[in-house]
Amino acid sequence: MNDRSRDIGPFVPAPDDDMIICRCEEVTKGEIRRAVHDGMFTIAEIRRYLRAGMGLCQGQTCSKLVKSIVARELNVSPACLEPATSRAPMRPTEMYILANEEREV
Amino acid sequence: MNNHADVIIVGGGIIGCAAAYYLTKKGCSVLVLEGSKDIGNGGSSRNGGGVRQSGRDPRELPLAMYGIKNLWPTLSEELEVDCEYHQDGNLRLGKTEKHLEILQGLADRARACGLDVRMIDGDEVRAINPYLSDEVIGASWCPTDGHANPLTTTLGYYKMARRLGARFITEEPVIALKKIKGHLRQVITAENVYECDTVILAAGLGSRDIAATVGIDIPMQPAMLEALVTEAQPPMFDQMLGTAEADFYGHQTKHGSFVFGGTSGLEGFTKDNHTPVTSSISAPSTCRGIIKYFPILKDAKIVRTWAGWMDLCADKVPVISPVSEVPGLILACGFSGHGFGIAPAVGTVLSQLALHETTAVDLHELRYDRFRAKA
Repeated sequence: MNDRSRDIGPFVPAPDDDMIICRCEEVTKGEIRRAVHDGMFTIAEIRRYLRAGMGLCQGQTCSKLVKSIVARELNVSPACLEPATSRAPMRPTEMYILANEEREV
Repeated sequence: MNNHADVIIVGGGIIGCAAAYYLTKKGCSVLVLEGSKDIGNGGSSRNGGGVRQSGRDPRELPLAMYGIKNLWPTLSEELEVDCEYHQDGNLRLGKTEKHLEILQGLADRARACGLDVRMIDGDEVRAINPYLSDEVIGASWCPTDGHANPLTTTLGYYKMARRLGARFITEEPVIALKKIKGHLRQVITAENVYECDTVILAAGLGSRDIAATVGIDIPMQPAMLEALVTEAQPPMFDQMLGTAEADFYGHQTKHGSFVFGGTSGLEGFTKDNHTPVTSSISAPSTCRGIIKYFPILKDAKIVRTWAGWMDLCADKVPVISPVSEVPGLILACGFSGHGFGIAPAVGTVLSQLALHETTAVDLHELRYDRFRAKA
């Protein structure tokens, strides 16, 4: 069980809070830390709440950073946090190409 | 740990989170138990974001109309999150005479309930949305419909309910409900027993097994839907879209991506992995549907696809109802794939049911005991 009302201490502003962590969606470290204090305790919730990892690269660049920031804020090991689900397609793919999967022979 | 609350809500989706918000706002102590790791893990995070009245069954239409009139317009301010609510109308598109007949029937039924929905021809459709192809020969048009962001709305309700003192516990699947002296009192999980005066059961498909532990059966089944999202595109249009053929539905989001949902038509017969996963045939099928209506989007890149289960009720409208045989139990399940748009209204009426107040919308057609075998 994961009690979302457990005390994780107050949000303390830090000098590097405006550092961009998710470059695709321009999400900062401070926004991620604040979201944890708003109750977003999982990577999936952070992603849905802030769009961190939802842009063109789908989190391939920032997911480890996001995880370590959330883990530190919750005072747990990053290994305790499950990554957000990876989803098809592997690379952005044009609609007309996906739509053409049924090739005529 | 205090295991008691006035109201225990089983299920941390948007219905449970909204009910928790409205109840804590009224001063109730509330505990929300969510089985999965994430708040809003089911349909709440997987739907297409429609905030529609048109196309709805007349039995649930009053909830949709109430929410759009009274709750959605100020929801972003209230929840201190951008719900990305747009009220720019819904086009339900038709390409054949048969489609127009279906749309006319839907429009007539909605007008009988007092909703402004009208039929428009192909040119009027393209005046509203110039990107649509000439294959579209008509549509139903409901100017007061719209769309919103299900992710931020669900988590916004969660955040505010939590801030007001609602307690949320995730990874705490409920196994059973238990009556004591004829009144529902206990909610039992693998390791804990929680006590309360009222239980709101809003656990999607999981509600069926949980309700069965107190002898109540709600006829519903899983049905899979898939969705996809494109990379950001320049702003094109703000309407919510659907089709008579149901080959896709969706809208353009605030950040520019298009979110479209659809099916291959074979979902009901594919293998069940006990988790909703996309199949390789569904997104292509949805893309073919979209391109027929929007040739301009054929080069848009898909960045992600996902799947989700609907809790499909036998008659495709939800059960929102207290239960006579189990005093203290309120059911809120079987939303059948269109629960998101009515969630604020449902949260409101659930808070009223739990406090024995008169509900803002008459709910008698959504009772749990409406299901009848063939005569």
